[in-house]
Amino acid sequence: MEHLFIKNRKIFTAARHAFPYTIPIFAGFWFLGMTYGIYMNVSGFSFVYPMLMSLTIFGGSLEFVAVEMLLSAFAPLQTLVMALVIQARHLFYGIAMLDRFKGMGWKKFYLIFGMCDESFSINYSVKIPENVDKGWFMFFVTLLNQIYWVAGATAGGILGSLISFNIEGLDFVMTAMFVVIFLEQWLKDKKHYTALVGLGASAACLFLFGADTFMLPTMICILCLLTVFRRPIEWAGGIE
Amino acid sequence: MTLIQQIITIGLCVLGTMTTRFLPFIVFTSKKPAPKYIQYLGKALPAAVFGMLVVYCLKNVQILTGSHGLPELAAIFVVVILHLKKRQMLLSIAGGTICYMLLVQTLFAG
Repeated sequence: MEHLFIKNRKIFTAARHAFPYTIPIFAGFWFLGMTYGIYMNVSGFSFVYPMLMSLTIFGGSLEFVAVEMLLSAFAPLQTLVMALVIQARHLFYGIAMLDRFKGMGWKKFYLIFGMCDESFSINYSVKIPENVDKGWFMFFVTLLNQIYWVAGATAGGILGSLISFNIEGLDFVMTAMFVVIFLEQWLKDKKHYTALVGLGASAACLFLFGADTFMLPTMICILCLLTVFRRPIEWAGGIE
Repeated sequence: MTLIQQIITIGLCVLGTMTTRFLPFIVFTSKKPAPKYIQYLGKALPAAVFGMLVVYCLKNVQILTGSHGLPELAAIFVVVILHLKKRQMLLSIAGGTICYMLLVQTLFAG
């Protein structure tokens, strides 16, 4: 009995600590999720589609592209390749989280399944207090984010074009969050080579390849630069 | 597209996504730990990835036309200043977002 009480308190403490970090994502995901749901609705799909797709794919940009795929001719191979290309950045997240997800038991499976940009960024950058269980903290960040996204997508799918937004610009909440996380990482690092590689490579590839296709070249560029300059980066102690 | 084809299409999107999320954990297990190079990448990548995500969020900003990215620039400036002064994540994010919403709905409306 007492054991159960301690366990429940551990879970509750983790949830209480995790929630505040997800508030910006609450705002952003409701907005983007509803936009996605409305988009599916006006494209002629039942709300069941955005609900199930947001639940199973759980990756914003691919879900938007998937609407167009569903409206076009059946092309399985192209679909798979597109999905791999759009989502390739998750490989980076996994590599960064290899150590931190160790020993998480059954939670590990869900943490990997639900590792979207936002959950990864929070779980990687937040310094979790000593008295808070790391596994449960990351679990709740991931779970809350997914709940916001699925709820938003489903609501958008049901309400469709009935609602009109007068909250133009709210989507900037995501940009603001990534700026803060980038800044926090910047303040933590002694040297900034890798941060500059990320910014520089992305900006250059965006300029060269355009908004629709710059992510894959960016990731290849980042990998090449980090590999070529591994010695100077490690030697300078640019990373902790 | 038939219902079956739709299910396959959505299933392939799930498969593609989960492949990219699970692959590192499948390749590198506790029995077969990641080589030094991958461990180095694990430490070096996040800062680069956060920079990439910032640019990714801004990818549709038109610098040459429209508002020339001025609302974005101003709002990011507000986020950075607020964060350096107060170091409170929610305050910085809320401040920058409100600033951006005000700018695009008033000064840069249309």
